[in-house]
Amino acid sequence: MQSRERMDKRITNGVALGVIWLAAVATVAALGTILVYVIVNGIGQLTPAFIFGWPHGVNMEGGIWPTIQATLYVTALAMLITTPIAVLAAVYLAEYAVQGRLVSTIRFAADSLASVPSIVMGLFGLALFVEGIGMGFSVIAAALALSFLLLPIIVRTTEEAIRAVPKYIRWGSYGLGASKWQTVSRIVLPSAMPRITTGVILAAGRAAGETAVVIYTMGTMINAPVSPLDPGRTMPVHLMLMAQEGINMPAAYGTALLLVLMVLGFNLTARYIGRRNRRMQG
Amino acid sequence: MADNKQAQAPEPDVTPYASDSSLSTISKATYFKEAALRNLFLLCACVAVAGVGLIFLFVGLKGWPIFEKVGVWQFLTGATWYPTKGSFGILPLIVNSLLAMAGALVLGAPLAIGTAVFLSEVASPRLRELVRPAVELLAGIPSVVYGFFGLVLLRPIIARLFGGLGFGLFTVWLILAVMILPTIAALTEDALRSVPEGIREASYAMGATKWQTIWRVLLPAAKIGIIDAIILGMGRAIGETMAVVMVAGNARVIPDGIFKPFLTLTTVIVMDMPYASGDHRTALFGVAIILFIISMLFVASIRVISRFGKEMG
Amino acid sequence: MSNRLASHFVAPGPGPASDHGDKFKVEKLDFFYGKFNALTDISVGIKRHAVTAFIGPSGCGKSTFLRCLNRMNDLIPGTRVEGRITLDGNDIYGPGVDPVDLRRRVGMIFQQPNPFPMSIYDNVAYGPKLHGVRKKSELDGIVEESLKRANVWKEVKDIMGRGGLTLSGGQQQRLCIARVLAVEPEVLLMDEPCSAIDPTSVQKVEDLMAELKDRITIVIVTHNMQQAARVSDYTAFFLQELAGEPAHLIEYDRTATLFTTPKDRRTEDYITGRFG
Repeated sequence: MQSRERMDKRITNGVALGVIWLAAVATVAALGTILVYVIVNGIGQLTPAFIFGWPHGVNMEGGIWPTIQATLYVTALAMLITTPIAVLAAVYLAEYAVQGRLVSTIRFAADSLASVPSIVMGLFGLALFVEGIGMGFSVIAAALALSFLLLPIIVRTTEEAIRAVPKYIRWGSYGLGASKWQTVSRIVLPSAMPRITTGVILAAGRAAGETAVVIYTMGTMINAPVSPLDPGRTMPVHLMLMAQEGINMPAAYGTALLLVLMVLGFNLTARYIGRRNRRMQG
Repeated sequence: MADNKQAQAPEPDVTPYASDSSLSTISKATYFKEAALRNLFLLCACVAVAGVGLIFLFVGLKGWPIFEKVGVWQFLTGATWYPTKGSFGILPLIVNSLLAMAGALVLGAPLAIGTAVFLSEVASPRLRELVRPAVELLAGIPSVVYGFFGLVLLRPIIARLFGGLGFGLFTVWLILAVMILPTIAALTEDALRSVPEGIREASYAMGATKWQTIWRVLLPAAKIGIIDAIILGMGRAIGETMAVVMVAGNARVIPDGIFKPFLTLTTVIVMDMPYASGDHRTALFGVAIILFIISMLFVASIRVISRFGKEMG
Repeated sequence: MSNRLASHFVAPGPGPASDHGDKFKVEKLDFFYGKFNALTDISVGIKRHAVTAFIGPSGCGKSTFLRCLNRMNDLIPGTRVEGRITLDGNDIYGPGVDPVDLRRRVGMIFQQPNPFPMSIYDNVAYGPKLHGVRKKSELDGIVEESLKRANVWKEVKDIMGRGGLTLSGGQQQRLCIARVLAVEPEVLLMDEPCSAIDPTSVQKVEDLMAELKDRITIVIVTHNMQQAARVSDYTAFFLQELAGEPAHLIEYDRTATLFTTPKDRRTEDYITGRFG
């Protein structure tokens, strides 16, 4: 009887572990399928004419350069606006804040902001920046709306990065007669910089792929924006419109592939910085 | 040691440092500088609070008139969404959103938890190096790309297998499940990793198999974290717009099957916004503020559950 | 030489180098971690230009007391001090006293060497730069001298650009000492500085202590009694008799006296190894 129990135990164990393996395989397969499908169907589109050319005609033949420019512009602007505020906010939470009602409120607000559906953020941008302040559909309106979306993300990763700096290092600085701000600015932040950078780059990837926020704040006009007040159509918006219209699927695939490559680029860069940092500190 | 002595120039009168001076007090300038910096950082942190406030203000204000006109209760429970005829009931939209979320959860959560268990307990370090980046990459893929993929690959397959056009709840479930998978998996893995190693060893030492340890000891120990992960996934699923709008079909009826097109709280905004005006537009802002409140409820419930869990020990 | 940084700080006062008056005077000090009373009724004078050792079983509060002398405990939330500690006659916990400047004058070396993740040069130059020294030639001079006084110059003079963390444990600790010396402190507090480093480095650290004490007052916490007997002029013995109770200062005397003819029975027990 004892050996029968042991057999049952082993069988259950084997089956269960098999199911777990299956889950992992399914996950990787899902990723693989999406990537392969997009790459295979889109790779043919990636010619210099496509990347640097302009779309023309009803069918949007040609290239998608203006959307690339719009995407890069709005992403860069959003990161420029958010990053300083988010990093300083994280410095407050990690170094100066004392547990209390105010800090709890700030954290709740940050979590809420992080979970706002992007379409709500899009309507918010429309109501406040586009119509309320009167910026119209513009890069700056989109960047401001995106900033609220990215803020909690960067605050979270920066705070973790700051907390990861060991206490002993800070004490070494205080022991030399450094003030809090001197310690934070000369020792803590430089130490945490690689991790902070990783977080910022990942957030940039998120910004680049956003659709719902951008469509209501930057519009859908094909345009290569130059001033922040110019409207434009970003790559995700372009992809969505092309897919829905269904007229020029090859261009849609090309756009999708470029978008995936861009996000992959951000992701891999962040990972590389993280790995290099770990190697130097080890 | 002798070297050091020679290197120093002999000084007959070695005066020690400031031995008679009084201790310096904090100068006013320094005090104000430190206080100013602290307040600057506090201000930055409060931007988050300001953001939430502004969203409530602007979206809420734009949507308020519809609540005044129709009444909150009627808005939430009315069974017909026919704005052009003056009917503003979003109950069917709420139901559809919940159905979409539920199905995505049923499909996605076990897959995510299984993957997390794999990463935390089963995988060798080399496999972990392969699978974890895969999960992170899945998290980074923009929602339009998911929607696009659903549209061009999944939809025709489902249409061929099950008839109809291939739009509908079923397709949405598949896409949403993959989209919330990275969120749930990452948090679950964190929760599992924070279970102390000693607990595993104790379980193995009692002769338990790996699965028994996972099922009876580890998953219960990580319960709170896993629940948090699932709630976060729920929030993501209910708030997702772009991917859903591309595969849901967007017909304004309550679907009578999982392969029939339907409309949710998020997709109604995308579909109607381009041509909505007047009360219709206001109503869409009303839907948006409802969505915002729902997502905040999710965040609040995570807090409550975490606190409850901490008290249970 | 020690006047190089003088223009940046308060003008030095007179004071004969052989003066063994009290640098610190501690009167009836009680220390609390929140509600827990860790130290009670500590009264002692730390002599100027001498090495004072704090000995006692581990966990009895020696390090806590050491951190009171430069107000490092202020960085731990929930701590409280009752009683008086004066430096050169001035109450260091007095109203409005700047703890930041106090810590410049009373430097600290920690048990675990903690060089900053920067080059060796930048580590030592950090302190002077903090206090306004900008000229490269000045900084170079201060860095070289500090590394010499810390007994580590010869080992690092050709690799100044390398990261501080690439050095061995003992070298890192001497680098930390050089770092503190660069701001020309009056007091050096050393919290078990040799417990985590190799014996050769221990020897070098003990050597430099002997040289530094002409100019600097040194307090060293150590659980190694032989080391205390070797390097210190005065010794204080601390003891926490029961867990949960505050620690007391049992005996304080010249090292030679305390180790050969201790006045308290408990001191004798500890020194002869009957416990701890």
